[in-house]
Amino acid sequence: MVLEKAKIGEEHEALMSGCEAIAVALAMADVDVITGYPIRPYDTVINYIARLIADGQMDADLIHAEMEHSQFEIVKHACVSGARVFTGSSGVGWVFAMEPLVVSPPARIPIVAICGNRAVDDPGAFGCEHNDQYLVRDVGWMINWADTAQEALDLILMSYRVAEDPRVFLPCSLGVDGAFLTHAMNLVKLPSKAQVDKFLPRYDRGKLRLHPDNPISVAVQVNEDWLQELRRTIDEGARISKTVVEQAAKEFYQIFGRQKNPFFEEYMTEDADMVLVGAGTLSLSVRANVRKLRKEGKKIGFVRMKWLRPFAVEEVRECLSRFKAVGVIDRDYSYGSPDFGGIMFHEMRSALYTAKKQPLISNFICGLGGREIYEADVREMMKIMEDSIKAGTVKDTVTWVGTRTR
Amino acid sequence: MTMTMEFERIRGVKAAPLPEMYTSGHRTCQGCDSALNCRYIAKAAGPRSIALGATGCMYVANTSYYSTPWAIPWMHTQLGATGSAVLGVSASLKVQMRKGKIKNEPINVIGIGGDGGIADMGLSAVSATLTWPEYNSLIVMYDNESYANTGIQVSCQTPYGAHTTFSPVGTVKRIMHKRWKKNTAAMLAAGHPECRYVASACTAYPIDLMNKVRRALSIGGPTFVAILCPCPKGWDFDPRYSHEMGEMACKSGMWANWEMEDGKLTFQTPSSGIIKGMVKRTPVTEYLQRQGRFDHLTKEDFDHIQKQLDKIWGDWGIPAILPFKVAEGELA
Repeated sequence: MVLEKAKIGEEHEALMSGCEAIAVALAMADVDVITGYPIRPYDTVINYIARLIADGQMDADLIHAEMEHSQFEIVKHACVSGARVFTGSSGVGWVFAMEPLVVSPPARIPIVAICGNRAVDDPGAFGCEHNDQYLVRDVGWMINWADTAQEALDLILMSYRVAEDPRVFLPCSLGVDGAFLTHAMNLVKLPSKAQVDKFLPRYDRGKLRLHPDNPISVAVQVNEDWLQELRRTIDEGARISKTVVEQAAKEFYQIFGRQKNPFFEEYMTEDADMVLVGAGTLSLSVRANVRKLRKEGKKIGFVRMKWLRPFAVEEVRECLSRFKAVGVIDRDYSYGSPDFGGIMFHEMRSALYTAKKQPLISNFICGLGGREIYEADVREMMKIMEDSIKAGTVKDTVTWVGTRTR
Repeated sequence: MTMTMEFERIRGVKAAPLPEMYTSGHRTCQGCDSALNCRYIAKAAGPRSIALGATGCMYVANTSYYSTPWAIPWMHTQLGATGSAVLGVSASLKVQMRKGKIKNEPINVIGIGGDGGIADMGLSAVSATLTWPEYNSLIVMYDNESYANTGIQVSCQTPYGAHTTFSPVGTVKRIMHKRWKKNTAAMLAAGHPECRYVASACTAYPIDLMNKVRRALSIGGPTFVAILCPCPKGWDFDPRYSHEMGEMACKSGMWANWEMEDGKLTFQTPSSGIIKGMVKRTPVTEYLQRQGRFDHLTKEDFDHIQKQLDKIWGDWGIPAILPFKVAEGELA
């Protein structure tokens, strides 16, 4: 078992899955209370955590909750009373926890969770889709997506740093694609404990701590008399989180040499006419095919989104305005939405609405249920973008790519 | 396990602690025994306590923004999450104390939920919490026998035949609610072998109530106390009779005061007298007829309820607690 090779706290390199990298990051972050409830694929992280605790490599209490709702309620209350916490779920498990998920941001509780992205049943499917994590997009959660086990480790540390910043105090969910990232092995550079301690200060709940020394009433009842003002203060946290991510990333880069641009990563975009945009592990396949198409002389690139909340609107707008055509890949879908598109497509199109120079933007729905994205799929996307550029107008706004037809 | 607080037994009203940890600032109804219950719990537990309150009357009518009645730290928890709330806070304190992040001291963690929050929606989380011996906590169910906060709807703790907005008296169906009240505290006592203390109390007997809270907090591990809290609005009686209504519930046998400590079951006043055969149960009609929610019941209905009660106190394996006994010939 690879786990035995990882020496937590020492700087070295080890081969590990996304879930294992996350567990190691949590051990180094000195997390206090963790809750788990089984659902594939996120739960492998709990397996690793349990092993680390059992072997004395991690000092935390792991509570086996009896349902996802309790999982999130337990860490919510633990966090308010001063503990650094972690939990996670996938697919319908994430949906079952929706009530505590929704009430955590207004109480300003910096839970860090992973969403092991999985299709929301029915029909029962284990494969990766992003709709589960997008369900908390509008309620005050910060959301981001990792591409590799290395980045999962990095983003766990970043997520704690940003979420627990008193200016923010909002929960953060790290999206890890089911199977592709949760279970795929990568070489991971493990930082030293000293590096982690330098980057990540101790969680200090301050004057919002629930403790007899600080007898406050939390999450009290309001109506039309105060709710609007309270919503506005939550919004202030959500707004400033972007600056906090930038500041944290700068320091992260100084200490670890990674995460230079925290919000997105550009690949072969310098002279590109058209770019594909997406989040998570689909980047592996897309980048490989972009390289291939580049050899054929196609001016294509790829932009991989990391943080979607906060959304770096100026940076995204400036970046995507440089290209003639933009194709957003959604491993999710929004039924009945404008032009029947995916969620990230709507985000990007909205961000570009006020751009001085607007690219021709189209949307590709693919990879649903964990379906691989093949060369033929990327070629089809490119063809549609090329046709749009030739015509000077978007040819097909939304296309389901790699879908069998009747 | 972290340390627990040691308490003196309260012997009489005058010996109860003077400091109020639950004071003015709430807007509960006149004669609200659920609010009085909060006062007794907080008084008994004292200042080194954290209260977690589930959605319900004791949230909505209690902690309006800028006017909390709680002098101890209090936090709202979701309707079905009282068990999770106490577990989370207790684990948080324990780990932080173990790691030296906060001072190691006994802190009471008390979850307070209504019958809807505890016996209906939150039952699974309450049950889960009672299986964790290393986390000290007390879960209190204030049982006002309906979803009172939302406008009096049936819960699994609403007595047979009661009128609620979900079980109105109709021209065709006179009785809409025909389920017998769930025996929540007994079920929890029976099913959680590592839970050392489960009790049942009533606001009409405050000394008993406060001592049960204290015992639950000092014994260690997860504990549970169910408390009957008469509700003038939901039960439809004059607010001045809240105390009397609690007494009548206990004396008629509709409610029993008992405690289970380390597997030993004892009954308290007035249930102790009833169980010993020293006091006769009062006729249940006397209790029911004082409440508007039973106005539509006929003599047959009263007889049915009385018969059920006679069975509960007369035939059950453990009277008022467990309905079954070992069949004859099964034991050596």
